[in-house]
Amino acid sequence: MTNNLPKKPKTKKLVYLDHAATTYVSQEVEKATKPFITKIFGNPSSLYELGRIANGELNDCRRKVAEILHALPDNIIFTGGGSESDNLAIFGVCRKIGKGHIIATRIEHHAVLYPCQQLEKEGFTVTYLEPDSQGFISPKKVLAAIKPDTILISIMYANNEIGTVEPIADIGREILKYRKANNPSAGSGQVQYPIFHTDACQAGGVLELDVEKLHVDLMTLNGSKIYGPKGVGLLYKRRGVNIQPLIFGGGQEMNLRSGTENLAGIVGFTKALEIAQENRHEENMRLVDLRNYFFDQIQKNIKNIRLNGPQLHSDKNQSYTGQAGSEVLNRLPNNLNITFIDVEGEAMLLYLDAYGICCSTGSACTSMSLEPSHVLTALGLPYEYAHGSLRFTLGYCNTKQDIDYVMRYLPAIVEKLREMSPVQMGKVQHAKYKK
Amino acid sequence: MLNKSIKKENLENPVDIRNTDGSGWLYSDIVKDHFFNPRNFMQYGEEEKFKFNGLGRVGSPACGDEMVLWILVDEKSEKIIDCRWRTFGCGSAIASTSVLSEMIIENDGMKLEEALKIKPQDILERLGGLPARKVHCSVLGDKALQEAINDYFRQTGQHNRIITAGKKVIDKVLNITDNDIEEAVLEGARTLEDLQKKLKVGVGDPEAIPQIEELLKFYFEKYYEV
Repeated sequence: MTNNLPKKPKTKKLVYLDHAATTYVSQEVEKATKPFITKIFGNPSSLYELGRIANGELNDCRRKVAEILHALPDNIIFTGGGSESDNLAIFGVCRKIGKGHIIATRIEHHAVLYPCQQLEKEGFTVTYLEPDSQGFISPKKVLAAIKPDTILISIMYANNEIGTVEPIADIGREILKYRKANNPSAGSGQVQYPIFHTDACQAGGVLELDVEKLHVDLMTLNGSKIYGPKGVGLLYKRRGVNIQPLIFGGGQEMNLRSGTENLAGIVGFTKALEIAQENRHEENMRLVDLRNYFFDQIQKNIKNIRLNGPQLHSDKNQSYTGQAGSEVLNRLPNNLNITFIDVEGEAMLLYLDAYGICCSTGSACTSMSLEPSHVLTALGLPYEYAHGSLRFTLGYCNTKQDIDYVMRYLPAIVEKLREMSPVQMGKVQHAKYKK
Repeated sequence: MLNKSIKKENLENPVDIRNTDGSGWLYSDIVKDHFFNPRNFMQYGEEEKFKFNGLGRVGSPACGDEMVLWILVDEKSEKIIDCRWRTFGCGSAIASTSVLSEMIIENDGMKLEEALKIKPQDILERLGGLPARKVHCSVLGDKALQEAINDYFRQTGQHNRIITAGKKVIDKVLNITDNDIEEAVLEGARTLEDLQKKLKVGVGDPEAIPQIEELLKFYFEKYYEV
C-alpha cells in the first residue's frame, strides 16, 4: 500500500462536528429538566395543587419564550418539534382557507417541502424559488412571485446544509408593504394574506429572534439544535393569523395543539433558548474564528476543494450579531460545507468515523432517495460535486484541538480515496487511461 | 456534556449508519475489511507499469458511482491472472469492487467463461450481504468486468466473441429498454408510479404497461427477495 492512513490513536477521541444535525443536552438544561420528569409530573390541566404547579411552570415558560421573541405569551404554541411546527404552519394556514398559492424555496428543509408537495396534491399551487449560487433568496424575487391568491410564503431563516442566512427581515418588510397596499380595508385584527412563515430551527442559538424586527407571522423553533431536549419545539403565531390544528383532542395550547404538554421538554427547551440567546454574540465570534481556522487548514493541506454556500468573512472588527436587518451575518458561524473533488462523501464519512469524527454529507448514498442533496443541486452544483460534499457544523464543545485532530487524518483520507478514484477532474489523465 | 473518549472495545464494532426511515443498518465485517483495506486497486504511478489487455469503465460520478477495471488475461489458458481497479463511490461500492477483484484472480485466476457468469448476487454473497438500499452500489462490478472482457476480445481480434447486452425495447415511443427498467429498480423504484417518475415509461406507450409491471416484479424479486 503506497498510501497508508495514519494509525488510529490509542484512545479514540469523539470529535462531534455535526451540531446542525442535533446537539447534546447541556448540563444546565438537564438540571432544569430533572424535577419535571419525576417530581412535578402533574398534568397542567388538573385542578389540584400538583396540576396547578405544573400549569404555573408552563405559563412561566410561555412568558419567558415570548419575551425572547418579543411576542405575547398566547402567541407561543409548544409542539413536538421543528417538523411538527413546520407542518402545523403550512397545513394550518392552507387547510383553513382551502385553496390558494404558496411560495417556498428549493432549499427548504423537507419538513417544509413535503407538506407543500402534499398540498399540491390537494389542489394548491406552489412556486419554489431558485436561490442564487450561494443560497440567497432576494426580497425582490419573493415579491415578484406573489400572485393575487398567494396565501402563504415560507422561507427558512438559515439553511441547515450550507448555512446561508436569508434576509428574513427585509423579505418580511416587503411582504408587509405588499399587504398594506393590497388589503387597504382590512382592520388591524383581520387576517391579511399572504402570511409569512420562517423555519428558524438552525437560527435559534445564533440569530436575532425578535418577531417584530423580522416581520414574520409564523416562526418555527426547536430544542434539539440548541442544546435542549429533542421532541419539543414551538410555533410562534401572530395574533389574527388563523390556522387549523393538526392534532385534535383535549384542546391544549389555545386549542391548536392538543395533547398533554411535555412539561419537562418545554422547561428544558425554554432554558436552552434562554442560554443560547444570552451567549450568542460571544459564541458566534468564537465559532467564526474556529470555523475560519478550520477552513484555512483545509485549504492549506488539501488541493481541489470547493466551499459551498456563502463566502467566509474573517474581518475581526465585525460584530457577529446577526441583527435583523443589518445582515452582518450572512452565513451561520458554525457551518462549513466543502466538496472534495473526485471523492465520494459517504466513503469519507466512514473513514472519518473510524477516527471518531462525526460529520455529514450531501451524497446520495446516505439518503433514502438516492438523489444527492437538493440544496447543493439547487445552487447549480453538478451532481458529482454534491456527491463529494462534507458538512461540518461546530458547537460549544469544539476547540482548536478538535480541528487539529481532524486535520491529522482528513488530508490522508482524502488522498487515499482520490488514489482509489477513477474520476480525476483535478488531474491530467494517463494516456492509456483515456478511451 | 459530551463524553469525549470512547471505550476501546467499541472501536472494533461495525460501522453503524442509520437510514432516514429510522431503522439501523450495519455493514458486515467483510464489507468493512474490504473498505478499510481495499485489495488490488491501481495505485498512483502504477498505471505506467501495469500490464493489461482489457479495460472496462462503467458509471459516472454524476450518478454517484464510477468504476474502472483493468484485467490481464492469459491468452493460452484464458484466465484472468491479474487485475487493478479504481472506484468513485460509497463504502459498499468500494468494498464490492475490492471483493470482485479478489474473486477473479484467486486460485491462479478465473476462466473468462466463469467470469462472464458473475452476477451481482455472487458479489453480494461473498460480501456477507448489503442493506437492501445499498444493493445498487454493488451492480457496477459485474458490468465493469463484462466491459473489460469485451475489451480484451476486441484487442485480441476476437470480435465474434464480444457480448452485446441483450437489450430489448419495451417502450417504443421513448425507446426505453429492459435494462433501463432494471437500473430504475436498483435505484429504488418499487411501483409503476416510481418508474414513470424516473423514466416516463409507458406514458406514451400504454400498451407496454403490462410488460413493464411484469419486469418490475421480475427485477424486484431478482435483487431484493432472498
